[in-house]
This record gives sequence, C-alpha cells and structure tokens, in this order.
Amino acid sequence: MGAGHTHALYVHEHSVVHRLAPEVKIAAAFAFVFAAALTPRHAVWAFAIDAVALATVITVARLPVRFVLARMLVVVPFVAFAVTIPFIGSGERVDVLGVAVSQPGLWATWNIVAKATLGVAVSVTLAATTEIAALLRGLERLRVPAPLTQIASFMVRYLELIAGDLTRMRRAMSARGHDPRWLWQIRPLAACVGSLFIRAYERGERVYAAMRSRGYTGAMPVGDVGLAPARQWLLAANLPLIAGVAAGVALVMGP
Amino acid sequence: MHAPDGFLNAATALTTGALSAGAVGVALRQSREQLADKQVPLAGLAAAFIFAAQMVNFPVAGGTTGHLLGGGLAAILLGPWLGTLTVTVVVVVQALAFADGGLTALGYNVLNMAVVTSMGGYAAFRLLRKALPANGTGVVVATGLAAGISVVLSSLAFSVEWLFGATAPIPFPTVLGAMVGVHALIAVGEGLISAVVVGAVLATRGDLVTGAADLPRAARAQRSSVGLRGFVAGGVAATLLVAGGVSQLAVDQPDGLERVAAETGIAAEGEHHPLSSSVFADYATSGVDNEALSLALAGLAGSAVTLGVGTGMVLAVRDRRGGSAGVADA
Repeated sequence: MGAGHTHALYVHEHSVVHRLAPEVKIAAAFAFVFAAALTPRHAVWAFAIDAVALATVITVARLPVRFVLARMLVVVPFVAFAVTIPFIGSGERVDVLGVAVSQPGLWATWNIVAKATLGVAVSVTLAATTEIAALLRGLERLRVPAPLTQIASFMVRYLELIAGDLTRMRRAMSARGHDPRWLWQIRPLAACVGSLFIRAYERGERVYAAMRSRGYTGAMPVGDVGLAPARQWLLAANLPLIAGVAAGVALVMGP
Repeated sequence: MHAPDGFLNAATALTTGALSAGAVGVALRQSREQLADKQVPLAGLAAAFIFAAQMVNFPVAGGTTGHLLGGGLAAILLGPWLGTLTVTVVVVVQALAFADGGLTALGYNVLNMAVVTSMGGYAAFRLLRKALPANGTGVVVATGLAAGISVVLSSLAFSVEWLFGATAPIPFPTVLGAMVGVHALIAVGEGLISAVVVGAVLATRGDLVTGAADLPRAARAQRSSVGLRGFVAGGVAATLLVAGGVSQLAVDQPDGLERVAAETGIAAEGEHHPLSSSVFADYATSGVDNEALSLALAGLAGSAVTLGVGTGMVLAVRDRRGGSAGVADA
C-alpha cells in the first residue's frame, strides 16, 4: 500500500451520486461505516442488506464493477491476517474440513472481512465519485480546521510534481547503474530522498514568496460557504439509514 | 498499517478518534504562529514530500522491498507539531481519496501512524540527543534510533488498543508479541533510511532540520561516517534484544493451538468484555512463574527462526525481480 497512488480514484461520470455535494457524501459514508461497525457479527442478514444498499449506490453512480473490485483489493493483507484467526484464536473448537478451529475465531474472521469489505467499498465509492478538491471543500464545510484542509490542498496540488521529481531522480540513478538489492546499499537512494526534501521545501519557499507577492496574507479565499440543500442530505441519508435500521434491528433481536 | 474498518470495535474507534482529534488540536495550537506566519504552503509541500517518500520502495534483502512510514522522519525534519499535522493530512487524504485505510479506522490510524510516531519519535529523539554528542553524527544516530523506536511505539499503541477493542479472541500478549516482533524488524529499515535522509539534508541545508536547530553551523557539519553494514548488524542485534524482551510477555503461552488443546473452552470469548479476566489472568501467571532466562532464550530462538525463514524466502525469490514482495507493510 502506500505505493503508486498519486492518482486519485476519481471516475468521471455524470450521475446523481457524482452531483451530490461532497460534504453530504462524506457524512453519509462515515455514517454508513459506523452503522456497519455497530452491527453485531451474528446478524449476517444485516450485512447482506448493507451490501445490497451499497451495490445500488455503486450502480446508480455507474462505476465499473471491475474497477471497484480491483480497488477493493487493498484490504487483502488484512483479510489474510483475519483468516489466520480461527487457527490461533481461543474458544470452542469446531471441525472445518477435518481441522479443529476456534468457533469465535471464525466469527471474528467473518466480522473483520465483512466490515473491512463494506468499509473499503464505500471508501472507493466516495473517492470515485468525488474529486480531491471537492473532498477537501467538503471537509472544510464540515468544520475541519482550515489549516488542515489548506495543508491538504497544497499537498494534493504539488504531489504530482514532487512525485515526478522523485521519478526523475530515480531514473537518473538507474541510468547510472544504481540497482540496490540489500538494505545496506540504500545510502544513495536515501540521500536522494533527502534531496527530495530539500527540493520540496525550497519549492514551498518559492510558492510562498510568489503568493505573498500577489497579496497572500495567510488566509485562502473562501468560496461559497453555504451547506448543500436539504434534499441532497435527505437523498444521501438513505444509505446510512438503511444500514442503521438493519444494525438497530439486529441489536434489538440479539444473537 | 493502514488498518481497514472493523479491526477494532466501534467504542475504540470513537475513543481513538477523540484522542487523535485532541492531539491534532494541540499540534494546531502549537504551530499556529508558524502556520499563520507563512508556512501553510510550506507545510503542504512537506506533506507532499512525506506522501512521495512513502512511495519509495527501498531494497530490504535480495530484491524484496519495503517502504518508509515517515512519522519519525517528519517530526525530526519539521518539528513534532508540524510533523504530526503533515502526517495526519497524509493519512486522512489516503483514506478519503485513495480508499487506503477505513473511515471508522481513521481514529486509530491517525493515532498510531501520525500522532504516536511523530510525538513519540520526537520525544525519543530529544532524549537520545542528550546522551549523544552535540554534532552532526549525534543527530544522525539519534534520528536512526528514534525513527526505529517510533515504529515500535506505533505497534505498541496498536496492541494497547487491541487490549480494549479486540474484535477477535486473540489474547493481548499474542498480539503484542506478533506486532512488536514484526515491527522491530521494520524499525531497522525505517531507522536506517531516516538516518541517511537526515544526514543528507544536514550535509546541504542543515538549517532545515528542525531537530538540529539548536546546533551551531560548524557542529552540524561535523560528521563521522558510519558504515551501513555495521548499522544493519546493530539493528538486527537490537531487534533480537527487543524480541527477547517482549517474548517475556508473549511467549508465556506457547502457542494458541496447543494451549487451547490443553485447556479447551477455558478462555473467555472476550467479545463483549474486552477486559475479560483471562487477559489479566495471563499476566498474573506470567508474573508468578516467570522463568525469565528460558523465556528470553525461547524468544530469541523464535526471532532467529523468523529471520532465518525470512531470509530463506528472500533467497528463494531473489532472482525473480520486478514484482516486489513488499515486506514492510501490513
């Protein structure tokens, strides 16, 4: 993870989901995963309802199924860990294909896999239907402190450039035969990251000087600050509402 | 470390979320002057640097690669407050725009990957600086150790969160042992890379290293070269030491499978009461009949076997380059 993601997951489309205001989508996504997180693990049907509701949103957003599935693969290492739980976990043993495994461990695996999968699916949907700039605007309207959203917006704006710098430096090193294989051969590569820091910092100084000379006083101009209209909130509330009701019913019914 | 949703229970997600928000609030207040003055664009560029630095695949052994986590490095280069803020921004953007790490997991992801690494790493750095000579070499060595420590602290933080918010019947000592054991190895790479990065910055623009701001120019430039082979050997030795120490806690129960076979059904499920008595019961017994030496030996043997198996796997795949095995992330 971490590797190779300067490009956001945004998929250009014209759908109802794409048109929703970013703050509405962010709030709905958070509410949905919290509802899923609160769902008791034994209520398999509730997770099924969540999945169907989310699949509906993905369909309405016209996201390619293959794209969504491929992007969901980031959870695989954690799922791999979850799969080991029944073998190392404690509790009552049950036989699965002739191997005695922990029954609470099996439920724990199901719990992590179900919640992690729903979580990453809703994250992918959010990222695929909302541009990064819009996401940051949404965060600002949800009262995230301005310095944080501004740092984030500068980061996003210059990320391609910094990553490009890095790619060129590495290519230059490879062209001169640098091909490290072992941890103690990393000095040139790490030094290259050091000079990347200096380049990034000095670029920051130049950016600041350029902005300052154009009248920047430390505050960014704020666009329209009004929240999205109520009907957008009502529309988007459907997803977390379904998941919330399912979780509530499952909690009341008990195992 | 970008944990997905559902890894810890909802109460822990909310608690860690509140803790992270508090820590970020403190960091914002502490760096307000800096940010108001001018440095928002600078902090943004620094965050872009951390983001990019995490994408560099460093060789670990024979063609496998790992990557930097960057919290300790950010704190030493930018100071603990700005370091916390930039890494927080990176983690949040990764979750929102790149679907990397769950949304409800943001509380503990920010806490473990940004707050604990930056603040803990910087605290370790300041302490180590006091013990080391006040020159460039001292800063580089302190960076290496502190960045390594920051990774271990991060794994400790996750283990403690597991103690309160476990979603699976795996006892705390097992999680602690596994997390700290694995991350002790990652810490060697993290420390080594961070040290060389800070060394490189010191050599050309020493004034940019916040953690060395107290040194006069001449002292910053004063460096003795450290052999990387020695550094790696030292790091592996330190790993074995840590593993030996942690195993004091963790090895106490030989192995989940055998233990359960021996005492079927005794351990509580631990789902509704995360602080179930069994967890503390394990502690109690480990305190009473703890044969320190034999446990330490067992732990060391375990780490040695892990290292051996790891190296063996690396050697087995070393000629198939291209597809990186990506060891350092989980």
